[in-house]
Amino acid sequence: MKEVNCTINGVTVTVPQGTSILQAAKTVNVNIPILCYHPDLPAWAACGICVVKIENSPKMVRACATAAGEGMAYITHDAELHQVRKTVIELILSTHPNSCLTCPRNQNCELQRLAADFGIREMPFEMNVPEIEADKSTPSIVLDPEKCVKCGRCVAVCQGMQDVWALEFIGRGDETRMAPAGDIALNDSPCIKCGQCSAHCPVGAIYEHDHTRAVLEGLRDENRVSVAQVAPAVRVAIGEEFGYEPGDIQTGKLYAALRRLGFDVVFDTNWAADLTIMEEGSEFVRRFVHGEGEIPLITTCCPSWVDYMEKYYHELIPNFSTAKSPQMMLASMAKTYYAQKIGKGPCDIFMTSVMPCTSKKYEIARGDDMYSSGCQDIDYSITTRELARMIKSAGIDFRNLPDEEVDEALGIYTGAGTIFGASGGVMEAALRTAYHLVTGKELEKVDFEAVRGMEGVKESVIDVEGTEVRVAVAHQMGNAKRVVDAVMEAKRKGEDPPWHFIEIMACRGGCIAGGGQPYGATDEVRLKRIAGIYRDDVQSTYRCSHHNPQIKAIYDEFLGEPLSEKSHKYLHTHYTPRPIYSK
Amino acid sequence: MAKMTLDELRKLRESKKKELDLRSPDNKSIHVVVGMGTSGIANGAKKTLQAFVDELSDQGLTNVSVRQVGGMGLDFAEPTVEVAVPEMPTVIYGNVDEEVARKIVRKHILGKQLINEHIYDRPAADIVEGTE
Amino acid sequence: MAFHHYVLVCGGTGCVSSKADDLFGELAKALDQEGIRDDVQLVKTGCFGFCEQGPIVKVLPEESFYVGVKPADAAEIVSEHIVKGRQVDRLLYKEEDSKVHAKVDDISFYQKQFRIVLRNCGFIDPENIDEYIARDGYLALERALTGGMTPDDIIEELKESGLRGRGGAGFPTWQKWGFSKAVEADQKYVVCNADEGDPGAYMDRSVLEGDPHSIIEAMAIAGYTCGADTGFVYCRAEYPLAIHRLEVAIKQATEAGLLGDNILGTDFSFTIEIRLGAGAFVCGEETALLASIEGKRGMPIPRPPFPAVKGLWEKPTVINNVETLANIPVIISRGGEWFAKVGTEKSRGTKVFALTGKIKNSGLVEVPMGTTLRDIIYNIGGGIPDGRAFKAVQTGGPSGGVITADYLDTPIDYEHLQELGSIMGSGGMIVMDEDDCMLDVAKFYLEFTVEESCGKCAPCRVGGRKLYNILDRMAKGTAEEEDFGRIEDIGQAMKRASLCGLGQTAPNPVLSVIKYFPEEIGAHVKEGRCPAGVCKGLIQYYIDPEKCIGCTLCARRCPVNVIAGERKEVHVIDQNGCIKCGECFDACKFGAVIRR
Repeated sequence: MKEVNCTINGVTVTVPQGTSILQAAKTVNVNIPILCYHPDLPAWAACGICVVKIENSPKMVRACATAAGEGMAYITHDAELHQVRKTVIELILSTHPNSCLTCPRNQNCELQRLAADFGIREMPFEMNVPEIEADKSTPSIVLDPEKCVKCGRCVAVCQGMQDVWALEFIGRGDETRMAPAGDIALNDSPCIKCGQCSAHCPVGAIYEHDHTRAVLEGLRDENRVSVAQVAPAVRVAIGEEFGYEPGDIQTGKLYAALRRLGFDVVFDTNWAADLTIMEEGSEFVRRFVHGEGEIPLITTCCPSWVDYMEKYYHELIPNFSTAKSPQMMLASMAKTYYAQKIGKGPCDIFMTSVMPCTSKKYEIARGDDMYSSGCQDIDYSITTRELARMIKSAGIDFRNLPDEEVDEALGIYTGAGTIFGASGGVMEAALRTAYHLVTGKELEKVDFEAVRGMEGVKESVIDVEGTEVRVAVAHQMGNAKRVVDAVMEAKRKGEDPPWHFIEIMACRGGCIAGGGQPYGATDEVRLKRIAGIYRDDVQSTYRCSHHNPQIKAIYDEFLGEPLSEKSHKYLHTHYTPRPIYSK
Repeated sequence: MAKMTLDELRKLRESKKKELDLRSPDNKSIHVVVGMGTSGIANGAKKTLQAFVDELSDQGLTNVSVRQVGGMGLDFAEPTVEVAVPEMPTVIYGNVDEEVARKIVRKHILGKQLINEHIYDRPAADIVEGTE
Repeated sequence: MAFHHYVLVCGGTGCVSSKADDLFGELAKALDQEGIRDDVQLVKTGCFGFCEQGPIVKVLPEESFYVGVKPADAAEIVSEHIVKGRQVDRLLYKEEDSKVHAKVDDISFYQKQFRIVLRNCGFIDPENIDEYIARDGYLALERALTGGMTPDDIIEELKESGLRGRGGAGFPTWQKWGFSKAVEADQKYVVCNADEGDPGAYMDRSVLEGDPHSIIEAMAIAGYTCGADTGFVYCRAEYPLAIHRLEVAIKQATEAGLLGDNILGTDFSFTIEIRLGAGAFVCGEETALLASIEGKRGMPIPRPPFPAVKGLWEKPTVINNVETLANIPVIISRGGEWFAKVGTEKSRGTKVFALTGKIKNSGLVEVPMGTTLRDIIYNIGGGIPDGRAFKAVQTGGPSGGVITADYLDTPIDYEHLQELGSIMGSGGMIVMDEDDCMLDVAKFYLEFTVEESCGKCAPCRVGGRKLYNILDRMAKGTAEEEDFGRIEDIGQAMKRASLCGLGQTAPNPVLSVIKYFPEEIGAHVKEGRCPAGVCKGLIQYYIDPEKCIGCTLCARRCPVNVIAGERKEVHVIDQNGCIKCGECFDACKFGAVIRR
């Protein structure tokens, strides 16, 4: 690769051609202030804070969007640059509500940090804050355009990374604002509730619907047994809220914290992931080996992907796995199997799920199948961020908590369950078990590295005793199109499908970087969280779902066998075409 | 028009050049050229054009060609009209409403007299005359 | 029968005030005395726009151009010129080098206008391709395609011509084309920027309406040079006539085989489509324009990469504005060397200006680069109407600045205008007189840019609004001294940190009026006074009891009924209800209504 040499504040830097001045400066430990730039996204160059000077040129250029040039000399900080940047920050602040204390991003806000770093002590310009009502129409996220700084990240995420096109800029000049395209309610828009907009927003203009109060209320109800479940990806990220590195595994402390918050019983969604594999793996075998049902089989653990498919690709409904997501399976089993065990009715259980995801809040009421126990299977779904706040407000010293064990009935999990948290994990877990279901044998090596990692679309061919199984894994909604369009094309032409089994997750890297995870996910952070997930896999006693003793138990005691009538009643669901725009 | 070959384009250019040249004051036919840019039309050039057509037909004049062109640049005096009558100087009239248009037909074209108060001037000498 | 002679006497206001009426009478008398009244038609004309030299008499068919003619000169013109056929040399217009000029076309005032871009406007029928062809239309394309000109030859010709982009900053056209040509790509595009949006500017519209084929021909040449087979004209939808003419022209050119496949039997194919813009000013910025063509929201993106390298749908795209393109067929057919003779060292060729505001002869003028503002305003535009004094001229629209009387002799080209804190821009030229308040002027332009900001980048979106608010406070008398510092800070932030030219230049009007009219702006802030009497928040109307005769006219005209007084008694204006519309001031015939 060609390299360019330039100087940054007089220090010589050699970087690959095409490297931005911003990145080049980082290599010599210079952090140029930014607001609109995010490493996940192409430089949009809106805010004007990262401007730098070129020696002997009157112009200032944006460090985020300008490639370092051969022989150029850049100045990233001087009095004049400070003044220009400070004025720009002051201008932005004059259009931003002064309500940090009550903002969801208090102490974790990129604009607040800039104001602090630049020592802004007074507002030289009059305030012009638009009065726009917040959009709370979806169960997942809240749009609060008053706080928007027009950085454009949410729009770029929604249109670019996710290819959903729910959010757009509307209006012109200083009346520009982000809003669902056409200025409709977000819930009537193509929004798939993935919450990536909220994960990328630098301020508090988009955030999760907060259900912490409702959960606390539920915990006060002594007539109900309060049950928590915690998703695979939560354990490798929640530590970041308490000063741990991304990827540090906090399973034991999580269980302890949930009990201290008042949950009577703590289960693990990983257990249900193993259950999902039994159902979905069996479903695959039935379709692939016995020819009953459509191939390829497509995973449905991700409710945002389900929503996307129901809106854009409902022709593929026959290809969808009818197996519910682990969250819903656990809830259904908790309110039936487990409730019976402890002599309670389904509605006596108060079920809270802790998810890395904003879309899970939508999934819990997605359709009638989510009430399989007789009442709503999950009462509330909260995000990792919400749980962290609950822990902090409860005064729980997370770092010094002892590691505790899960409540075993719906809690023991295998490595196959935990890797659901990373892109490719569902596929890998399914292959480990499907191999056994097809051949009756056990794999010598359970690792399928080809489906791991950050590549947008991953493909692999697995040899199952001489039979070729072609699989594909896509993550980040915008990448799904490549896979799904190829399937549709083959379908139209009546050709063999390009793959037999497909996993799709809406968020980049999978659930470890879901819309409800701690702020600050970049690929660097994602890779660390993913590494944590696979460490947890390797550390596990069992690595295949069909080895989970508690899974065996539930089939013996309650469900019978995978795809049984009971399974279908509690563990499977239906899909329905939905309009892209509701009105 | 069918697709042209290079030769046809050249021939067309030569023959049309002659036709355009006929607009000079020396030839025998009479030309009325109405500036029909947006500013002309906004100031009533369409009515002016119609008035010329009507008046010419009322007067039974058949040797007058009425044509439209784009704006002449004299926006302060729209609508503008160029009138070329053999043996008279070619002039540009400004502020030509319907009444003035009729006056031009009667007085200038038929009466061979220029109209008071309405003559303006071509804004610039046209410099692109032949490339050789 | 036609007359032998026509004597044209300028009847414009300027000439009338310098005794043109008397002159007319004297000429008539002289014709009578010579007994040739029936052979000569004496005509009063509209303004020739040469008012400094008035009254003017033009004698046809000789086209003799007499200037500064006094009534006493009438007899001599008639007896010498008309009767004896001898021009009156002493009255003929003389240039400074004292060479005597007789014919209109020789006079440099008329040569001060020099039509390259507007060569066909107002001369050919724009809906008739034959007339364009007859004016050497498509000769340049013919040369390029069949005359052995390689793309490099064309770029070389453009380089020699020195042509620079007419839409804004004046980037050399040959370089732009060269960049695009140098990029290897499976697809390239040519785009014509016809998104003219400056207040008061309409030269692009006039070219599209008057000579659409010149743009088509230029785009095809650009396509041939850069290796593009598709062109787009991005035109604002508010230009229905221009769009119609262009559609007709594209259709005709396609039918004639001058667009489409295998043009003139060569391997070269080129098609043009029209894309309509919804009239957002920012879409004149080339990256925003391309986004708009692609169907996206028209917002600029950072350059580089420049569109010539990575433009429409990421393909190399040459973007030129209408006026730039209109020059190209002439450069190719007459040669770059010829073109380079017009204009100044660094700015070659001509520039079309839309001359408006407080000017007698508003309209389009095309002048060689280097012409002075004085020539344009006084000699071509005829000066300021109603005997008012010139105050300033704004060039470059909302991106430019004001230029004062002290700088009227500055030759107009890219560099000189920039030195004065303005820009060439697309060529709007708005003249202001003593009745205009410079604060109000700056506020007008800022209001425009605030409304037309795309809203993308913070310095422009927020900074523009804040600047406007400050000017608004100044105009209402509620500003404070510190606001000057805020203007400076915001102005710097906008200039340095805005993403596109719109934001970077938006503070220019404000900064330039503060620079050139510090007393006037200061009077608003320090004394709460608008010297020009324009800012409504700072003026009061009251009635001078000494002069009021109680005619009641002002009370009847007042739209808000705040003037009280009985017939034949002194009237009084209730200041609390007055909306400062000035109706009473205009109505009073006795000068009793005072504005202060």
